[in-house]
Amino acid sequence: MSEGGPPDPLARLGERLDKARSKGGGEPVAGPDASSGQQGVALGLRIGVEFVVAVVLATGLGWALDRWLGTRPWGTIVLFFLGVGAGMTSVYRAVTGIKTAVGYRRLDANAGGDAGRQRAKDERDDEE
Amino acid sequence: MAIELQPLEQFTIERLIPLHIGRLDISYTNSALLMTIAVVLITALVVLSTRRAALVPGRWQSVAEISYEFVADMVDTNAGHGAREFFPFVFTLFMFILFSNLLGLIPYSFTVTSHIIVTFALAALVFVGVTIVGIVRHGVHFLRLFVPEGVPAVLLVLLVPIELLSYFIRPFTLSIRLFANMLAGHTMLAIFGGFAASVGVFAIFPLGINVLLVGLELLVAALQAYVFAILTCLYLRDALHLH
Repeated sequence: MSEGGPPDPLARLGERLDKARSKGGGEPVAGPDASSGQQGVALGLRIGVEFVVAVVLATGLGWALDRWLGTRPWGTIVLFFLGVGAGMTSVYRAVTGIKTAVGYRRLDANAGGDAGRQRAKDERDDEE
Repeated sequence: MAIELQPLEQFTIERLIPLHIGRLDISYTNSALLMTIAVVLITALVVLSTRRAALVPGRWQSVAEISYEFVADMVDTNAGHGAREFFPFVFTLFMFILFSNLLGLIPYSFTVTSHIIVTFALAALVFVGVTIVGIVRHGVHFLRLFVPEGVPAVLLVLLVPIELLSYFIRPFTLSIRLFANMLAGHTMLAIFGGFAASVGVFAIFPLGINVLLVGLELLVAALQAYVFAILTCLYLRDALHLH
């Protein structure tokens, strides 16, 4: 900085950046790569728990209902299968809808939620 | 020696300042202390680093700006339009979990998020909040979240309970994921630490593994905060943009 570069701090920063880049051998690397890898790991961590918790929790709930209502073993059986179903759907959704919601992917395909979406959009427009 | 032999001892809650109201125990514990530290550090980071905001950010300002942009981007891409008003909530949640996780990695400190009551409280907050947002925005129409579209009525008998179940399971998956990851990681660190203390010269091997594990735990700490925040965004999206 002592060589009397341009007085504008931004231009000076640009100069320094250029110098650092030419010295350090090119661009800073792997922005998108790293983040997509991270998303993959995050997804893996997500779905591992999803299924197990669904099954265990549902079965436990069924067991508790059985104790409470004296309907053994039907509550446990029914809720076990419901839990498996719920676990599978949430895993399936987590995998297929990586970039979208856990719930429904076809957000744009119908008019049902348009009112809310329109309102949301309006708000966004107001913001900008 | 006792610490090395008991890998779970690190999760003990200690009362630092005993406080009782009637029969209610509201003592200031090591857990509360770490939460306080996390909150103070986050506030300091965000407030101090942006106090003299420069066009070309310095180191601390960069950290604050990167975390802001990271979460803002997450909210935008995952929660959809109109979710910006929930940014403060998601940001707070993300930073709190991230700092709690990272602070827990400092030796002799305490991992707040390794207690399921803490993670469950956070998850329940998200769950109740998202449900309220959905009901306020959509009223009775919110119940359509549990009714898949274009499905024959016969199948609804089966599908609606499944949808209900997978909805009400959310706070549990959310909390158990974070808690289990933290608990497992820290237990593993303590176990290998215990090995190192008991095998003399060969301590270099478990110690080496621990070095690697700390790296892994750093990744897990950040990723779990990320997962928690991103799932919050996804749930918000469900509540905001119903089908």
